[in-house]
Amino acid sequence: MLSVQGLRANVGDKEILKGLDLEVGAGEVHAIMGPNGSGKSTLAHVLAGREDYEVTGGSVTFEGRDLLDLDPEERACLGLFLAFQYPVELPGVNNTYFMKAALNAKRKYHGQGELDAVSFLRLMKGKLKVLHLDDSLLKRPVNVGFSGGEKKRNEIFQMALLEPRLAILDETDSGLDIDALRVVADGVNALRSPERSMLVVTHYQRLLDYIEPDYVHVLAKGRIARSGGKELALELEEKGYGWIVDEAAA
Amino acid sequence: MPEQRSGISRKSAEAEAEYGNLVRSEYEHGFVTNIASDTLPPGLDESVIETISQRKDEPLWMLDWRLAAYRKWLKMSTPQWAAVHYPPIDYQAISYFSAPKKTELKSLDEVDPVLLETYEKLGIPIEEQKALAGVAVDAVFDSVSVATTFREKLAEAGVIFCAISEAVQQYPELVRRYLGSVVPPTDNFYAGLNSAVFTDGTFVYVPKNTRCPMELSTYFRINEAKTGQFERTLIIAEEGSYVSYLEGCTAPQRDENQLHAAVVELIAMDNAEIKYSTVQNWYPGDEEGRGGIYNFVTKRGDCRGAGSKISWTQVETGSAITWKYPSCILRGDNSVGEFYSVAVTKGRQQADTGTKMIHLGKNTSSTIVSKGISAQHGIQSYRGLVRIAGKAQGARNHTQCDSLLIGDRCAANTFPYIEVKNPTAKMEHEATTSKISDDQLFYCRSRGLSEEDAVSMIVNGFCKEVFNELPMEFAVEAQKLLSISLEGAVG
Repeated sequence: MLSVQGLRANVGDKEILKGLDLEVGAGEVHAIMGPNGSGKSTLAHVLAGREDYEVTGGSVTFEGRDLLDLDPEERACLGLFLAFQYPVELPGVNNTYFMKAALNAKRKYHGQGELDAVSFLRLMKGKLKVLHLDDSLLKRPVNVGFSGGEKKRNEIFQMALLEPRLAILDETDSGLDIDALRVVADGVNALRSPERSMLVVTHYQRLLDYIEPDYVHVLAKGRIARSGGKELALELEEKGYGWIVDEAAA
Repeated sequence: MPEQRSGISRKSAEAEAEYGNLVRSEYEHGFVTNIASDTLPPGLDESVIETISQRKDEPLWMLDWRLAAYRKWLKMSTPQWAAVHYPPIDYQAISYFSAPKKTELKSLDEVDPVLLETYEKLGIPIEEQKALAGVAVDAVFDSVSVATTFREKLAEAGVIFCAISEAVQQYPELVRRYLGSVVPPTDNFYAGLNSAVFTDGTFVYVPKNTRCPMELSTYFRINEAKTGQFERTLIIAEEGSYVSYLEGCTAPQRDENQLHAAVVELIAMDNAEIKYSTVQNWYPGDEEGRGGIYNFVTKRGDCRGAGSKISWTQVETGSAITWKYPSCILRGDNSVGEFYSVAVTKGRQQADTGTKMIHLGKNTSSTIVSKGISAQHGIQSYRGLVRIAGKAQGARNHTQCDSLLIGDRCAANTFPYIEVKNPTAKMEHEATTSKISDDQLFYCRSRGLSEEDAVSMIVNGFCKEVFNELPMEFAVEAQKLLSISLEGAVG
């Protein structure tokens, strides 16, 4: 599914990713943890194709394609999805309209016919049910005036509609109270499937109580410093990141 | 034919020499022009105006009106206060009468392929494409019969909808009473010129307590509507009546006339409502702005009666230069004025546009929503005046001016003028300037949308409040038009 090898990336003159390796197989859920500034969000954005990051080395293969060679929109159409830490507001752009345009862009890319308004609404209603969401978000402009919890739920809803092959959740738990966190996590869990892989980027072990990962990786100084099963997350909760960072430095 | 052809190229060479780069060179665009026999040579004096009046078979009072306007115009000078730049125009180098005044091409093969591409994207039928691009239309297409049907329906309701020159003949008392009563010939330089030499335009009269049974559009008079250089529109809505008028066309229109100086006058009596919507998409010129239309228009509505309402909605995407301030005089008590505007400038386009809301009556209210979008080297200014007269007790105004910048070489200015002479007035003014952020673009792209689709979506979202005011089909077309206008304007 996703193979990252020796990935190096800069922001400005500063090297953030310093030779990162990561293999994600179909249906697997990987948690990426690590202290502030370790490069977690950079990894998420580099994979999604943000142009502010300069890739200086390494390779990324996604579904057999050279991911780094593709525009962000093409990556999305191939089935990569980034749930933003800070979802962006689009004033005046209706949420339903936005999602319909996104889904149809993807369908078009795959040579499928565009969905008309009626079929799209039907599909959307179905997804809302699965995620136990109400439809109050749909009539409003994208993320405008949404609470933190609504924004994150909206991201998960978009993910449900676009049915990605690889979903990257960038600190989806940040800024959420425990109830909102549960709603979001339930949504994510409902979307787990043998065909869908997930990369869950998070600061805290807390989220992993709800979204149980198959693998946990600790990012430190731009590399994966340690990998393990979900028990690694518990160990981190207890001991903090310091010891791994020290090991990485040694 | 060959003699005529050489005749026109010599003429255009002369005009070219006089105008400098003002006039689009016919040769450059590969036009073959058939010149109609009754075209007046360039130049303007009283005999030219007499000839125009004579050709139009006008009554004497009309000629006198024109001549009076001309004499006053001679003493006027061009307004210099707008934030637009262009070389001086030689008014003696313009021909003020020609019928038919159209550059006819033999087939669509001769039309600028870029223009045709745009027509394709807008989904315009082939016969209409020809009409718009100035190709001779051999088949009489549907709109003529459509027009006839419409005319019958309007006549039943008692609504008059015809060319202004026809109205001068048929309804002289109405024209005489109202023409120039909102925009007097002395109003400004371009209005003065228009008053002296206008040759075409539209006349609408809606009788008392009548709701016009359909949206009126010049499109339905396509057989007679050769959009003139100096158009004159007069719309009168009698007590308790309603009319919605659509002007223009989303398809880019070419015209060999560079200067357009139209005058539009609206008059709403007690409890009457006039809704006037414009989509203006004149040729903006090439990338350097050469050959684009100068659109210097005076539009004004007079809410003459109590409880009357005039609403202007405009989508301005074309022209090299736009100078335009559709305004409302809120004379009647409780009258309402509205101005909703989207203006786009890209390439080397310049627009100085806005409105004037003159509150004279009690409890009058006005709303201004202006959305300006600038891309590439586009320059755009919102210029608006809200004046509350001393007697306008309880007047209210809400103004919202938003500018959206795309790229870093364009400019947006806002010039709000507010004059309040009555202490009970309530004024609200909001202005914002924003850019399409990289975050927004990346967000859309990460959902699978191309950069261009993302821009068009964000821009359409920005303009939503204005598009909501347009009649349904017009709104859809306007959205499409906006997307097309901004193609390639990013990055």
